[in-house]
Amino acid sequence: MVDTRKQWKAWLYLSPAIVLLLVFTVWPIFNTIRLSLMEGYNSTMAANPYVDHEFAIGLGNFKRVLEYPNFLTCLKNTVLLCVITVPISTLLALLIAVGLHSIKFLQKPLQTIFFMPYVTNSIAIGMVFAAMFNMVIGGSTRPDSVGIINNLLEALGIDYVNWTNAGSKYWANLVVMVVYIVWNALPFKILVLLGGLQGINKQYYEAARVDGTKKSRVLWKITVPLLSPMLAYVIITGFIGGFKEYSSIVGIFGDTMGPAGNPYRMDTMVGFIYRAIGKQEGTASAAALILFGIIFVVTMINLAVSKKKTHY
Amino acid sequence: MKVVLQNLTKIFPSRDKKSNQEVVAVNDFSFEIPDGKLIGLLGPSGCGKSTTLYMISGLQKPTSGKIFFGDDDVTELSTENRGIGLVFQNYALYPHMTVKQNIMFPLENLKGKDKLTKAEKLERAMSAAKLVQIDELMDRKPNELSGGQQQRVAIARALVKMPRVLLLDEPLSNLDARLRLQTREEIRRIQKETGITTVFVTHDQEEAMSISDMIVVMKLGVLQQIGKPQEVYDDPVNLFVAKFLGTPPINVFNGAVKEGKLYIGDAAVLETPGVEDQEVTVGIRPEGFELEADGALECQLSNVEVMGRDVSIVTTHPASCNVTIRSIIDADCKVDVTATSVRYNLKPHKVFIFNKETEERIYF
Repeated sequence: MVDTRKQWKAWLYLSPAIVLLLVFTVWPIFNTIRLSLMEGYNSTMAANPYVDHEFAIGLGNFKRVLEYPNFLTCLKNTVLLCVITVPISTLLALLIAVGLHSIKFLQKPLQTIFFMPYVTNSIAIGMVFAAMFNMVIGGSTRPDSVGIINNLLEALGIDYVNWTNAGSKYWANLVVMVVYIVWNALPFKILVLLGGLQGINKQYYEAARVDGTKKSRVLWKITVPLLSPMLAYVIITGFIGGFKEYSSIVGIFGDTMGPAGNPYRMDTMVGFIYRAIGKQEGTASAAALILFGIIFVVTMINLAVSKKKTHY
Repeated sequence: MKVVLQNLTKIFPSRDKKSNQEVVAVNDFSFEIPDGKLIGLLGPSGCGKSTTLYMISGLQKPTSGKIFFGDDDVTELSTENRGIGLVFQNYALYPHMTVKQNIMFPLENLKGKDKLTKAEKLERAMSAAKLVQIDELMDRKPNELSGGQQQRVAIARALVKMPRVLLLDEPLSNLDARLRLQTREEIRRIQKETGITTVFVTHDQEEAMSISDMIVVMKLGVLQQIGKPQEVYDDPVNLFVAKFLGTPPINVFNGAVKEGKLYIGDAAVLETPGVEDQEVTVGIRPEGFELEADGALECQLSNVEVMGRDVSIVTTHPASCNVTIRSIIDADCKVDVTATSVRYNLKPHKVFIFNKETEERIYF
């Protein structure tokens, strides 16, 4: 233990970090809780010097969030995207990491290529994806341009699909979002899993080879259990990131968060919160706390499951 | 199952493309392991003993040469089809599986007509566990076991598929001294009970000598000598083998043969009929000295260590290649510790002479 009289030095060294944390993390959390409990709080009204406002304390903001017709759409989209993309991206990342780990030739360049999405701005990627799925409708019965994905489909003899434009179907929008989010989520997961793979003793694989173990059995019975701490990490952070999905949708659909003629169809929880800011901060705070509650519960479930399934 | 290695060679390509320096890990290695014997591959680190073991296992492919199990040429056979059991130096037990799951793992890979029912698998696993005396620990995880217990699990896992040949890579190196003594007897017992031809690798000559039916001494990838441990000890073919076997190690002197007599310094210590006059290297086992008041070899006394059963006398001599000479004599002999020198006579069968250049044994 440090001498109590000298502890002020420790506090002095900690103070820059503590001050920043207090101002930018602790206070906003506290303030969010405060605002969420102030009935109908709104910054314009609160800032008006000519009107003296008293906001009543209550749970009205939460009620208002739940009663918004758009809230259920946001919740559905968020949960759906999470539940679909996290397993797909984790599985793909696992297979790619195992593949990358087992090759020598081109391993380094391929690693770089797979890592590219991580260092690229997600809005920029979104615009590229939007262009890939976009369709330019001309005067005739056939669109002038159908985008590279539809060209590929046509080459395979499949009819082109209206992915993101006016009149597109909900499932088509969802497919585009899933493809984009999975692709965007891969590099981080591959990186973590590859690091985990490199830490596994090669002798386990030699032992398995001596016993004539099939490749698939080696993957599921040896590699996956030994990677389980990394897999748990990747899945938990994947869910947390998934519930905060927002910029990817803006990247594809713009800030209307839906195809033309059908705005806010792909709206998410974070989208909902952002739109409430500047109008109804009380509602935004309540929605943020609801999102926090959902993420908290899901993470607790994740941790409980991983405690049983993870081998450290 | 007899194992025959024929002109086995393993060359590792150089890592650095510019220097092009290949490493010959094993060089033209031929010998035959008789059925049901325990063989120790012995040599200093980097002598190619582990590479030889891994070539027998099939995890490494020989650059040239052939390997036979019985009459089958297994050189091109992949490791899983060779029917070997391999125990790794650090055991390589799957940490996420229980002892039972670890031992049963090889059985679960069997397919086709070899496929076993669950009851059969469990029975085979239990009998393997009983053999190595870990049947009480079946539901533990490897990290809940001691080093010696992990070793036994690894052996049980290797034995459970009833291999034709059992291979052990430095099986005792991760155990503490006491456990090592116990485990090496255990390995001997298991090998005798199962009768499986067993090859193990070690750099510890005592370990190899104590349990092997035959030892194979290697140096820099080249086979030096094969034989029963005592025969190799009593009759080394060259200076390397003589130096490598025995604790305390053999005492080495510069000497010369003149007119049928071996000289160390100015003293004629031994008759060597039929050996041409030449400079030689002399090796004398510690137990090859006899204290004698008028002995031929006089050495300066520096220390006497009493070890109960026998006495170790540490002396120096100008012709010695080592700093000190260590002799072991019976504790009944009286040594005058205050004397400045002692005189020895030599036991002829404990004295070996070697060619100064080639270090090959000169027989007399």
